[in-house]
Amino acid sequence: MTAYLKLDHIDKVFSRGSATTEVLKDINLTIEKGQYVSIIGHSGCGKSTLLNIIAGLTTASIGGVLLENREVNSPGPDRAVVFQNHSLLPWLTVYENVKLGVDKVFARTKSRAERDAWVMHNLNLVQMAHARDKRPSEISGGMKQRVGIARALAMEPKVLLLDEPFGALDALTRAHLQDSVMALHQKLGNTILMITHDVDEAVLLSDRIVMMTNGPSARIGEVLEVPLARPRKRLELATNATYLKCRQRVLEFLYERHRFVEAA
Amino acid sequence: MNMPATKIEVETATPAAVAAPVVTMTPKRPPRAETYARMARETAMRVIPPLIVIALLTLVWELVCRRAGSALPPPSKVFKDTKELIFDPFFDHGGIDKGLFWHLSASLQRVAFGYSLSAIAGIGLGVLVGQSVWAMRGLDPLFQVLRTIPPLAWLPLSLAAFRDGQPSAIFVIFITSIWPIIINTAVGIRNIPQDYRNVAAVVQLNPLEFFAKIMIPAAAPYIFTGLRIGIGLSWLAIVAAEMLIGGVGIGFFIWDAWNSSHISEIILALFYVGIIGFVLDRLIAGLGRIVTHGTAQN
Repeated sequence: MTAYLKLDHIDKVFSRGSATTEVLKDINLTIEKGQYVSIIGHSGCGKSTLLNIIAGLTTASIGGVLLENREVNSPGPDRAVVFQNHSLLPWLTVYENVKLGVDKVFARTKSRAERDAWVMHNLNLVQMAHARDKRPSEISGGMKQRVGIARALAMEPKVLLLDEPFGALDALTRAHLQDSVMALHQKLGNTILMITHDVDEAVLLSDRIVMMTNGPSARIGEVLEVPLARPRKRLELATNATYLKCRQRVLEFLYERHRFVEAA
Repeated sequence: MNMPATKIEVETATPAAVAAPVVTMTPKRPPRAETYARMARETAMRVIPPLIVIALLTLVWELVCRRAGSALPPPSKVFKDTKELIFDPFFDHGGIDKGLFWHLSASLQRVAFGYSLSAIAGIGLGVLVGQSVWAMRGLDPLFQVLRTIPPLAWLPLSLAAFRDGQPSAIFVIFITSIWPIIINTAVGIRNIPQDYRNVAAVVQLNPLEFFAKIMIPAAAPYIFTGLRIGIGLSWLAIVAAEMLIGGVGIGFFIWDAWNSSHISEIILALFYVGIIGFVLDRLIAGLGRIVTHGTAQN
């Protein structure tokens, strides 16, 4: 049980002029290699800010992020992000979008032919090889997100960061992609940190669920282990007692906290 | 539990049976002649209205100007006077006594030179102003004032500086067309979505790669808007500037025609100036469409 990714006493304060808002307060979290961890909380609780801090896109006001015992404070391909709105570059084809990252990360270690094969390998992983020459505007939302996942995976990140990756998708596509991500996690054993506000999604996919209190000054309220065996099957879990109990626990947390804040 | 399953099977079977004969039917392709006829009709719909309007306007012009004592020549006289110039645009009798082709090509060369310089400098400055808040605060007020100066007001100053007509004309083109290019490029750069910047940061593109792979393609639609306004302004400025600097060029051709009271030649030259301005505008617009076909769609 060694710490792979460690969030060490992270505080985040936004200041505009003289007004300061404390968004995150004393966030401590340890993630092991190969774990799938979800962060769940109401909107505005700073979970996206937390992901941006881990990705290095924002800096923590106090505290820091340790990846394999090394502090990281700038963005890099070792913490590849799958963005909520896919963020594919519209002027590049599907293939070129994935290749952009691959060319940078493997510029020295892989030959041109190897890089090409690696891009296609990753597009195959998300079943998007058929659309290699299409532009993002020519494929559906779910497909765009698949390409976004392929782009992140192709950088061989130490930690894969998913920022509400299925939030903008319809329910059927979302379920389909969740299954794909589960299969990929099973196959590749990535360490994954996912931001979500969907309780079912969190329980279905995660080994641990980190529940955040409401902001300002959001903290980690509770961490729930999800002791469900993998591979998990969506349909079987619908009646699974452990699944239901976990789900119940998360719901209680979110709604009790919510009520607490409203009363305050 | 079996009942609903059978019911579903029955339901799916029924439409399949109905659909089968539809699939076997071959879609009827319209005969080729019909396709051509439709294309011809569509072209006619676009071409005929402007032709009618032009014909009517020419007729009105002819009627108004044919009366004795009219200051301007009617179209029939314009054509008669300028037949030589229209049908032989390539003659060269030395000096400034040349065919219209040479005048237009001299003007176009000046525009090409001045405009290329302003495109390069304009995009460069636009990127600087769009990217750096400090540069924007420092330079933007200056740009806002300088861009309101009329093109010809620059001419005496540039003549004083360059002591020659040719570089002065090019400078006037440059200074006239650069502002919209700078301003639009800066807006395009400032509007690059944060997402693209994040992607670049995660992939760790260096500044040069970021410029080439993210900035330019993302801002391309804005840049081309600026370039298109810029080419229009260059063409406006060149005619005026050439009237003053003299030499070979369509602007001076017009001024020369006025001095020799060849009103018909002025009208012909205006016609060419209009057509070429239109073509230049479409050229840049077309180029923009080709370059930005990916970006503009999103």
